[in-house]
Amino acid sequence: MEFFKIKRDIPFMSYGKYTTTISLVTFILAVFFIATKGLNFGVDFTGGTVMEVHYSQAADPGRVREQLAGIGLNDVLVQNFGSSHDVLIQVSLKQNVVGANLSEMILAQLRQQDASVEMRRVEFVGPQVGKDLVENGALALLIVSMGIACYLWLRFEWKFGLAAVIANLHDVVIILGFFAFFQWDFSLTVLAALLAVLGYSVNESVVVFDRIRENFRKMRKTGVAEIIDNAITRTMSRTIITHFSTQLVVTAMLFLGGETLHYFALALTIGILFSIYSSVLVASPLLMLMGVSREDFIKTEKVAEEVMP
Amino acid sequence: MNRYPLWKYLLVMVVIIFGFIYTLPNFYGESPAVQILPLRANLKADHALLQRVDQAIRAANLGAEGVVLDSTSVKVRFNSTDTQLKAKDILQSQLGDDYMVAVNLVSRSPQWLTAMNAQPMYLGLDLRGGVHLLLQIDMSSALEKAVEAASGDMRSVLRERNIAYSGVSREGREVTVRFRDEEMRNKALAEFRQRFGNFNFIDKNAGNEIVLLATIRPEEEKRIQESAVQQNLVTLRNRVNELGVAEPIIQQQGVDRIVVQLPGVLDTAHAKDIIGRTATLEVRLVDDEHSFSEGSPVPFGTEMFKDRDGTALLVKKNVLLTGERIQDAQPGFDNRTNEPAVHINLDGAGTRKFKEATRENVGKRMAILLFERGKGEVITAPVIREEIGGGRVQISGQMDTKEANDISLLLRAGALAAPMEIIEERTVGPSLGADNITRGFQSTQIGFAAIAIFMIAYYLMFGMVSVLALGSNLLLLVALLSMLQATLTLPGMAGIALTLGMAIDANVLINERIREELRNGITPQAAIHAGYENAFRTILDSNITTLIAGIALFMFGSGAVRGFAVVLCLGILTSMFSAVLISRALVNLIYGRKPRLTKISIG
Repeated sequence: MEFFKIKRDIPFMSYGKYTTTISLVTFILAVFFIATKGLNFGVDFTGGTVMEVHYSQAADPGRVREQLAGIGLNDVLVQNFGSSHDVLIQVSLKQNVVGANLSEMILAQLRQQDASVEMRRVEFVGPQVGKDLVENGALALLIVSMGIACYLWLRFEWKFGLAAVIANLHDVVIILGFFAFFQWDFSLTVLAALLAVLGYSVNESVVVFDRIRENFRKMRKTGVAEIIDNAITRTMSRTIITHFSTQLVVTAMLFLGGETLHYFALALTIGILFSIYSSVLVASPLLMLMGVSREDFIKTEKVAEEVMP
Repeated sequence: MNRYPLWKYLLVMVVIIFGFIYTLPNFYGESPAVQILPLRANLKADHALLQRVDQAIRAANLGAEGVVLDSTSVKVRFNSTDTQLKAKDILQSQLGDDYMVAVNLVSRSPQWLTAMNAQPMYLGLDLRGGVHLLLQIDMSSALEKAVEAASGDMRSVLRERNIAYSGVSREGREVTVRFRDEEMRNKALAEFRQRFGNFNFIDKNAGNEIVLLATIRPEEEKRIQESAVQQNLVTLRNRVNELGVAEPIIQQQGVDRIVVQLPGVLDTAHAKDIIGRTATLEVRLVDDEHSFSEGSPVPFGTEMFKDRDGTALLVKKNVLLTGERIQDAQPGFDNRTNEPAVHINLDGAGTRKFKEATRENVGKRMAILLFERGKGEVITAPVIREEIGGGRVQISGQMDTKEANDISLLLRAGALAAPMEIIEERTVGPSLGADNITRGFQSTQIGFAAIAIFMIAYYLMFGMVSVLALGSNLLLLVALLSMLQATLTLPGMAGIALTLGMAIDANVLINERIREELRNGITPQAAIHAGYENAFRTILDSNITTLIAGIALFMFGSGAVRGFAVVLCLGILTSMFSAVLISRALVNLIYGRKPRLTKISIG
């Protein structure tokens, strides 16, 4: 079986104008939604209390809300979670005056009406912790980007490092844009997915770049645009198959992994889709734009030749 | 050209066998168990204890699955949680307070595996259920307390030396001493420099005021912070012991935070209560005049307490000194005899009281008692050799350096534990933990099956090889995680699934490359060779970039995310090995021997 029998190279570089426009528009849209709607940060970052309780019968969020108002918690988010038996209760830091002991208070109150209430999960995050997590997350993002850029600079050329990092940050911003637009819960695990996407989608660029370098050495007479077109066309089959395989697993997680892994898998799905696009249609045109040329590699080869006896 | 030397095949085989052995314990599962740990230093987990436990269980007809002795404890496995809980109560009542009886989960894997140190993966709290708490130590209050105490001492020194001053006050971490004339200030300065080496002094004339400013030195500030963390760690460990939790984790995190993880605990209110409790310390006189035997009524005005080794002591009810008067306790050495000793500093009021008490009771013993939850314990009971003034007390004799260390920690723990606040809590109930395991396992299983079907359909024989390589990758990853006993969390399980999806990349690269070489018209053997050679460089590059992301995640991530990072990093290593070495070994075995190969099954 073979899906991709492409005889002639696809002239990707001549589409450069359109693809750059498309990615620019999606990017600007993403930034727009992040700026206007903002991310729906989860308790991990904002601080607060989240509780998941299980009832033996179907639970009514309205009743739960009434019960909580009885102990002075008026502005509490209560919703069914996963099934009608499970209820998610979310209390902001502002509402919470007792700190870490709030969950026991709530549970005691709920048990007054239904003794069968079972505590499934409690998360309490104080304000200090949330701040640290945001800082550490941003720092991790920065370090990963710089580390990858440096590695590609060493392995290839600075233009490659820069192009790959820009292309992948473009993916990250678009994922964030989706989370802002749909107001999906942005938790610590989503952040982890974001960083994984950064490391993963760089793979794409590396594979294409590797081919570009190889082509520069093999195809001495060909122009830069043709060389890049050839590299992309040759690796396209692999790109699609790999992403398809990864997506198989991620899809399994999306539907079977439960609530915790749902948004993690969602972030990965968006990341995988856009990393195909960005590595081919963002990183490579950027490389052209920065004026990559055969000399970038010939130079290094000359040095290598001189060392030899 | 596609043949491996024998050693490479052997290497692959040995690695896979190792992987299989260390993965094996995960298949046996875990049984509910009761773990018995001795709480006192002179008690050991030995065969005698093993027999006692065994007899108790037999007598109660509980039917244990197995009783094992390890280096620190005795573990008894049961087939249900009900019998486990029954056994816990029976054993606790029979063994008494000297032993901790905790419920735990113990691997059902056979003895020979355990002997090889092959254990199942260590599950994080989100998978096994339990409480995770992050506590913040209030350092500024610890520092202020120390400065406040020093300001009191400065006042006493001035009084003692008859140096006239007009006021001593503290604001934040700064002590201001006011004088009427410069001569007095210089005198005080000379005296202070000698006595308070941990402080910096600045003389200043503000307006018509003659002032001496004392600030704590940075080294001393650091020492106070470190000892505050240490003492809180010790206190927490002692308290968690009471909860009867097997394998608790109590660790320092960062400069001023402590992580407490209690697997299996669900009664969070009780756990928080015990962790947040403050202990008190009391100094009382030992009653050596009356003789007594255990169990008989104690003489009027006395109480009986046990020390850490279980020896009983008769102690008077009258309290000489309470723990708030102790500012600091440090291990050290006796100046004259060079024996290990504990140095205690008392505050102004404590100094006065202690001076009186010791003057009247030379030759007698005093007991230092630690009270927690209304239960007292004798930490140490030294003889008073002479009247002790000046607030510096030294306890020495009959202790080694470790004991001196322990005693000083306990004294500090009782006396000046800096206040702590819970700033993060993550509790997962056992039912959710079990659900999480099933979900993670199912996603991995189905994801793997989907990839396997697709790969075999698309690449035929080479797809089969890729799937076998991927399977061995999973095997090695689980083996490595079990061997390292790295904590497996739910995001970690997602990491395993994701690693599989990403690891197949290497095989796709290789297979596509081989197809391409075939299309270029070279022989199958040469195509296989060129495919592996050319793909390797790309595989290396792309894996290293992912590794960079994984390492950064590990460095900056916390808790569950860190579990994801560990799996990601280890998965990259195992996938490099399996995708390149194992799949090549398989291909070489299948095709390498045929010199006139005209067709290969790659779809």
